[in-house]
Amino acid sequence: MENITSTIQAVPLNHYILLSAIIFTIGVIGVLVRRNAIIIFMSVELMLNAVNLLLAAFSSYSGDASGQVFVFFIMALAAAEVAVGLAIIVMVYRNTSSIDINILNRLKW
Amino acid sequence: MIDLVWLIPLLPFIGFLINGLGRNILPKPLIGTIASLAVIGSFAISLSIFLTFDAAQPQVIHLFDWINVGSLSIPFAFQIDQLSIMMLLIITGIGSLIHIYSAGYMSHDAGFGKFFAYLNLFVFFMLLLVMGSNYVIMFIGWEGVGLCSYLLIGFWYSNGAYADAAKKAFIMNRIGDLGFLLGVFLIISTFGSVSFTEIFPKAAGMVSGDATLILITILLFIGATGKSAQLPLFTWLPDAMAGPTPVSALIHAATMVTAGIYMIARSNILFALSPVTLDIIAVVGLLTAVVAAFIALTQTDIKKVLAYSTVSQLGYMFLGLGVGAFTGAFFHVLTHAFFKALLFLGAGSVIHAMSNEQDMRNMGGLRKKLPVTFLTMLIGTIAIAGLPPFAGFFSKDEILAHVYEHNKLLWIIGLFGAFLTAAYMFRMMFLTFWGNFRGTEDQKHHLHESPVSMTFPLIVLAILSMVGGFMGVPHALGGHHWLNEYLGPVLAASNNILPALSLEHATEYMLMGLSVGGVIISIIIAYVKYVSKGYVPKEEELQSGINKLSYNKLYLDELYTAIIQKPLDILSTFFFKVVDKSGIDGLVNGLGKVSIEASKTLRLLQTGNVGFYIFAMVIGIVAVLVYSFIII
Amino acid sequence: MNLLLLLFFPLVGALVTLLNSKFAKQSAFISSLVTLAFALLLLGDFVPDASSQFVVNYPWIPALGINFAVAIDGISMPLVLLTTGLFPLIILSSFGRSISQASFYALTLFMQFGLLLVFTATDAFLFYVGWEVALIPIYFICALWGGENRIKVNMKFFVYTIAGSLFMLLGIIYLHLQTADNSFSIASFYNLNLDATTQGWLFWCFFLAFAIKMPIFPFHTWQPDTYTEAPTTGTMLLSGIMLKMGIYGVIRWLIPVTPLGFLTWGHLALILSIIGIVYASIIAFTQKDVKRLIAYSSIGHVGLIAAGIFVWNIQGLQGAMIQMVNHGINVVGMFLIADILIDRLKTREIATMGGIAKVAPKFAIAFLIVVLGTVALPLTNGFIGEFLLLHGVYQFNIWYAAIAGLTIIFGAVYMLRMYKAVMQGETNERTASFKDINGSEFLVLAVVCLLIIVIGVYPQALLHISEASVENLMNQVNSKLAF
Repeated sequence: MENITSTIQAVPLNHYILLSAIIFTIGVIGVLVRRNAIIIFMSVELMLNAVNLLLAAFSSYSGDASGQVFVFFIMALAAAEVAVGLAIIVMVYRNTSSIDINILNRLKW
Repeated sequence: MIDLVWLIPLLPFIGFLINGLGRNILPKPLIGTIASLAVIGSFAISLSIFLTFDAAQPQVIHLFDWINVGSLSIPFAFQIDQLSIMMLLIITGIGSLIHIYSAGYMSHDAGFGKFFAYLNLFVFFMLLLVMGSNYVIMFIGWEGVGLCSYLLIGFWYSNGAYADAAKKAFIMNRIGDLGFLLGVFLIISTFGSVSFTEIFPKAAGMVSGDATLILITILLFIGATGKSAQLPLFTWLPDAMAGPTPVSALIHAATMVTAGIYMIARSNILFALSPVTLDIIAVVGLLTAVVAAFIALTQTDIKKVLAYSTVSQLGYMFLGLGVGAFTGAFFHVLTHAFFKALLFLGAGSVIHAMSNEQDMRNMGGLRKKLPVTFLTMLIGTIAIAGLPPFAGFFSKDEILAHVYEHNKLLWIIGLFGAFLTAAYMFRMMFLTFWGNFRGTEDQKHHLHESPVSMTFPLIVLAILSMVGGFMGVPHALGGHHWLNEYLGPVLAASNNILPALSLEHATEYMLMGLSVGGVIISIIIAYVKYVSKGYVPKEEELQSGINKLSYNKLYLDELYTAIIQKPLDILSTFFFKVVDKSGIDGLVNGLGKVSIEASKTLRLLQTGNVGFYIFAMVIGIVAVLVYSFIII
Repeated sequence: MNLLLLLFFPLVGALVTLLNSKFAKQSAFISSLVTLAFALLLLGDFVPDASSQFVVNYPWIPALGINFAVAIDGISMPLVLLTTGLFPLIILSSFGRSISQASFYALTLFMQFGLLLVFTATDAFLFYVGWEVALIPIYFICALWGGENRIKVNMKFFVYTIAGSLFMLLGIIYLHLQTADNSFSIASFYNLNLDATTQGWLFWCFFLAFAIKMPIFPFHTWQPDTYTEAPTTGTMLLSGIMLKMGIYGVIRWLIPVTPLGFLTWGHLALILSIIGIVYASIIAFTQKDVKRLIAYSSIGHVGLIAAGIFVWNIQGLQGAMIQMVNHGINVVGMFLIADILIDRLKTREIATMGGIAKVAPKFAIAFLIVVLGTVALPLTNGFIGEFLLLHGVYQFNIWYAAIAGLTIIFGAVYMLRMYKAVMQGETNERTASFKDINGSEFLVLAVVCLLIIVIGVYPQALLHISEASVENLMNQVNSKLAF
């Protein structure tokens, strides 16, 4: 444990923040500009992981383990979410022969 | 005796209850007897009070507290003084005669019981009016007689026109009543009381021409114009002739319509201190007197002639009040009650004999067939025309003498009106009783003198019309004007303020001579036209020239319909359809519509495009972040 | 005698009526009579001074400071009497009509519970509960037994009133938050001393609720439609009693709770009331539908009552107190007459009637007496109320009194026009076979006519009940206004 903490702390906190911000932004932009459902899904995962990274970094810097516990929660949750999400995408593909989300505009008044 | 005063209105009220509840059960003679006895009983009590009453101060008999709110206290109490005693005698006396007359006149009517119930109720309210010790009790009677008038005018309500006449009378009276009511409010706020005995001493201490007093008196006078049929509210009275004739005699000639004069005479001190109002009253009264006389000249319905004559005579009474001749005006109320009740009852007798024919063009030559009716009506006509020594001469002359002293112009017009009175009254007599019979054979066959129950009141009233004037013989003719002395205590305060009549005896003789001479000339003109030349007015002549204006009552009814009724109805429809339905309700419904429309528009934002949703979400998050980190 | 018995007995009655649907009308009638008897017993113990009597106060939701607090004083008493007195009449008048069903009577009695709660509550929350409880049954009564357009009209009525009451709820919650003792009680509301601007806002919150309920011009447009479309028995409930909630609310809550708001806005409210009198009366002139005509006349009369309150003097207030009772009696009589006409003739069109007086003399007399009470003829109850109200308005401003006084003329115009068109003239084939009033109708109209005359001849009995309380309330408010 000591080891990991010190390893994490070897990099200044600012760099973590910067990195996660960049990853998060890449994720957001990916979600916004791409139309392929799988790519969007991956971008969402990217955003989640950016947050995970940040949580882990803050947790070790502040000496509080609960941040890292949250990371585990999020990873477990993300796995479940991926299962459901991919299933939806598969269903969408079966029904529309496409995974372009712009086709899915029926969800309106 | 004065302790029994509450019985005076109670007796007719009991009569009303018995007859009202038993109208379909009791036999007709019993109904007539109960109703007549109730009023005769009141008359007997009134008479005994008259004979025993000698207090200089009004006697107030407190019955119970009616309304007590805050500082406002309105007792249910009666006031007995000389003025109310005179009115009591007139109401119950003439009322008794008319009840007796009605028993004969209405004997064939299906609504016999109802009629007497109404008549008793009327007497009850009229007695409340004159006995009330304060303005609010007076107002009860004031509106109550209006109600009875409504009920009796519309007695034969199956005829829509009669029902309309009743409605019109009630509504026009109500216009005046609002003025009366506002006047009462102003009295309360000025004097802090509604009781006569508290108001008048306080008022006597105020200066003449006080603005509040002027406003009070004008408002009260508006009330009087409604009830006593003065311009501009007189048009209901001629229409009121739709009621049975005894009603016209009792309500629309002898009693109710004189309520306005009674009220002003009762409040004499307030009016004496308001010279402006007095002038207004004089002018309104004079105009009414002349206008009504002018209309009466061409009417062909015998009751309409008498109705306009009533309006005209009421105008004279107001003229008298306006020039400060309170005694004179009240004197004329009394004498007018005698001869006008007589004339109406006589007209009723004629109508009865003519099988309900009222148009004088179909009468003529009746004097031989109806001798008692003819003679009594002739006496009444002479009395109203103002020939000495009959009743009308004294009272009208007293008013005109006061007018002469007050203002010469008013006097000339008033005198001219008196000549017109003689002309139209004798025109009526000549058309009805002289010449040849112009009705149908059936009517001619049916002609008969009325039964004793109808002729007896005629004879009594004829005697009263002959001698009634002697209660006010002026000093110029060697009398000492008993009525003036009798009413002295009531009018004392205003007599101190108003100048007394100070004409030379010679001037008075000159005035009497002028009026008597003019009246005789008028009668001669009428005689020449309607008897010597045997002229009978024809419809087309009545519809041409100046006759047209008179025959159509100056188009006043049409004018009121055009400037008041029609615009109000149009306004009503406008308010209902435009303001209420489209305007206010449209606004309310509009609020509902706006929310529906707004939701229709807003839901278009829901495009279903997931990319757009996410984009909107991100924009939103960024906006929140920017707001929370940068702006705050 | 316990006030709770009075309050909850109608609920018991409603339950019994519902379970006992064979004898629904009898049990409903008996229940309303028992409630009336309770009210009369309370009246026997009532002392006409300014105090609150028969006080009941239990904690209801203590966490929020809500109490089940009821009491009766001189201002509540006439309204409790009115409510308990009119219910037997209204129930009786529904006998023999298609509306005479167990569910209807249960709803009616349930409504009585709500109304009594409103008139006796001394806790703002409880007042609000009663206010809404009374609305629910009348909604169903109108929706189930109303005329053709009932759904649309009822929707408007409901949304309109609810919108008003929500503003009031807002005001109540705000006031509750300001109280020092975390309370909804009326006494702590009275003791609040908020600044004038806040009170101005609060005035409008309460005023909207009450003005819509009464209704005051220009918040009245739900009323003619609802009165016309509702079953006539429902209209009697609405006009006879329910609108009194609004007037009562103004006297009990609006002005004493927000005296400074009243000082700022009362004049405007007064002007609106007076406009309403003339406006509604003029509209009534040309109405062709007998119920709509009465509805508009009611707006006019209520406008005068409201004006009498907003001038805030003893004559106006006492006039309003007695006129609330009078208006309840008269309007119930009037609507029963309309109901009889509609029941017999199957139409509301005045123009198709005429000559009925000839074939139905008893009905004609009753109709006439009710008309006279409505047009405020002296020695009928209406005169006492209108005299005091107009006198009150007069003390405020003579011109306002002159304009408000037009009601005396206009009232006579539309009422007599209606009477003439319906009762007088010749009969037609529709009205020739008109049946005169029967047992229950005769009984109700006889009681109504008797009350009209008795109150008109001896109003002091009624005025005396409320006098001390009204004076006390007035002094309390005036001390805050620093008069």
